Amino acid sequence: MMPIINVIEAVRDAMKEEMARDASVFIMGEDVGKRGGVFLATQGFVEEFGEQRVIDMPLAESGIAGIAVGAAMAGLRPIAEIQFADFISPTMNQIVGEAARARYGTKGEVHVPMVVRSPYGGQVRGGLFHSQSVEAYFAHTPGLKVVAPSTPFDAKGLLKSAIRDNDPVLFLEHKRTYRSVRGEVPNTDYSIPIGSADVKRAGHDATIVSYGLTIHYALQAAEVLEKEGIQIEIVDLRSIRPLDTETIINSVSKTSRLLVLHEDNLTGGIGAEISAIVSEKAFDLLDAPIMRCAGLDIPAMPFAPTLEAAYMPSLEKILATTRKLLAY
Amino acid sequence: MRELDPEELLDIYETMILVRTLDERVWTLNRQGKAAIVASSQGHEAAQLGSVKALSEFAESYFCFTYYRDMGVCVAQGLTPKDVLLGFLAKEGEPISDARQFPLHGASKEKGFMNLSNVVGTHVPHAVGWALASKINKLPTVTAVYFGDGAASQGEIHEAMNFAAIHKLPVIFLCENNRYAISVPIEQQMAITNVADRAQAYGIPGYTVDGTDIQQVFDVTAQATVRASEGEGPTLIEYQVERYLPHTSDDDDSTYRTPLDIEKSKQRDPLKKLRDLLLSKGVLNDKIESELIKTAKQKINSATEFAEKAPYPKADDVLEHVYDNNSISKDQHDANH
Ligand SMILES: Cc1ncc(C[n+]2csc(CCOP(=O)(O)OP(=O)(O)O)c2C)c(N)n1
Ligand SMILES: [Mg+2]
Repeated sequence: MMPIINVIEAVRDAMKEEMARDASVFIMGEDVGKRGGVFLATQGFVEEFGEQRVIDMPLAESGIAGIAVGAAMAGLRPIAEIQFADFISPTMNQIVGEAARARYGTKGEVHVPMVVRSPYGGQVRGGLFHSQSVEAYFAHTPGLKVVAPSTPFDAKGLLKSAIRDNDPVLFLEHKRTYRSVRGEVPNTDYSIPIGSADVKRAGHDATIVSYGLTIHYALQAAEVLEKEGIQIEIVDLRSIRPLDTETIINSVSKTSRLLVLHEDNLTGGIGAEISAIVSEKAFDLLDAPIMRCAGLDIPAMPFAPTLEAAYMPSLEKILATTRKLLAY
Repeated sequence: MRELDPEELLDIYETMILVRTLDERVWTLNRQGKAAIVASSQGHEAAQLGSVKALSEFAESYFCFTYYRDMGVCVAQGLTPKDVLLGFLAKEGEPISDARQFPLHGASKEKGFMNLSNVVGTHVPHAVGWALASKINKLPTVTAVYFGDGAASQGEIHEAMNFAAIHKLPVIFLCENNRYAISVPIEQQMAITNVADRAQAYGIPGYTVDGTDIQQVFDVTAQATVRASEGEGPTLIEYQVERYLPHTSDDDDSTYRTPLDIEKSKQRDPLKKLRDLLLSKGVLNDKIESELIKTAKQKINSATEFAEKAPYPKADDVLEHVYDNNSISKDQHDANH
């Protein structure tokens, strides 16, 4: 029997094992020291690895990112924590502008093997500034990798790959999954390649492609529909950039119907990209238009519970869109 | 500047009791699972109330940019217990963000304050822009911006102070230094002793005062307000205050603070300090005090009852307040979702 742990424990284990394996890996971020991070991702780390490898940073995100870029250029493997993805915007200058272009701009002389970890996503009563999904902003950037696991097994395996990767990786962890999603995780060393999607449930009537928290909503929807004799296939992207186009198209070739689901708001989201790719590459396979179910197009997720619920692509909304897709 | 007279001190004490009682109430509501989040003003109240007192006396008009810990400033600016509690419970009718935001976040131009964002430090450049506008528009407004010691590390605060100093803008920078940014102690935040020491590098005056002492807060803020009003430019003030509670209701401070450190913090409680001052001046006695506490509790009890009964905002309102012509928000939604 493998141990059953939650997502935050998987993240912690991945970092701990990598820090023990490779002395060039170190942690930097706000409250990562004695406090062990506000979500306790680095609980016990400063005691185990010392203050030089677990650095409590001053409250300045652009500095955290920029200093991580420099240390990575010099050969270290920083894991920079941005406490909430909502506070990541000042780091865009360093991540999008500098880190993602370093290899290209120095003919490969310099590269940036850093990981930026950040808790994202909502339905945690986080209001406008502790709930957001930021993946679409970053996924637009070639040179950067963007990862968003949904389970403890994927989180550990993908974070190990991210730390070992020679290019900058933005590693997004959905806050709501931290403690609510549990699963079997080996305590042996394993990794999952970045850029590979995973079929979380097999089916032949329709495909739902998603990532992060909404994978679990999709699984719930699939269970509801199974009782009606409908078999939904669920593809967990896991990596948002690079995208695993092959797995998506393989699934659509079986089901002929595609729904893309994400918590991030609709317009310009990952769903738009996947929809474009599938309609270009696999138009003949489709029996229905590709549909999307996503967060509302409002500036951010609001605080009041009723408004927060209205923002989310809920189970009801997913079921309604899936039924529309099946009925087409 | 001038000594606050006993009547004024008693007035401030009354407000401080109201703010403290309200703060205690929202913690209770949090523990009952009714208020999702609390960031406490306890330990900061003298800095908050003393500074508003100085602004209201020495500025012809003023506007405050606050942060999440500034319940005292919000209440001094006229936010009622009912308003505050509607915010903590995220109920319909919440007056400053329509329940879209964390408690005490939003804006009221009429009440003269804004706390747009949870993102630490972003409002400091806004305050400088606000002050620039009053200079351009030849308005007598003094802009006051409150922020923490951790916030002082943000690059944009440096950028804002630098610009304000160059243009001698009517803005005062008010740092509520409680020596912690969540768990990170001030020594990991900066290598100098006082935030106000940075003022010199911008070419503006900087002062560090005991922010639990109402008179000291009043004096230094009054001086900075006069300076700003007279067109001489900004001042950086650092109020040394205490945060003896966890960072927020989501925090556990036992991993990074010793009980002794917390105990020492509590000894500098501004409420106790003001109480002792009033007792020594002979203007406070048990009867007056229990009357003040009773009145505060009554106000807060009825406000709590009101807020608990109020409904949550209607889900259909979620698309409101996106654009000036908000049919864009609704049309886009109907067309694309
Ligand atoms: C840009 C940004 N980074 C991180 C956070 C998370 N955070 C909220 S408050 C805080 C500490 C702020 O400390 P300080 O400015 O000293 O204010 P205090 O809470 O002590 O009054 C942190 C890190 C945030 N809200 N915004
Ligand atoms: Mg502080």
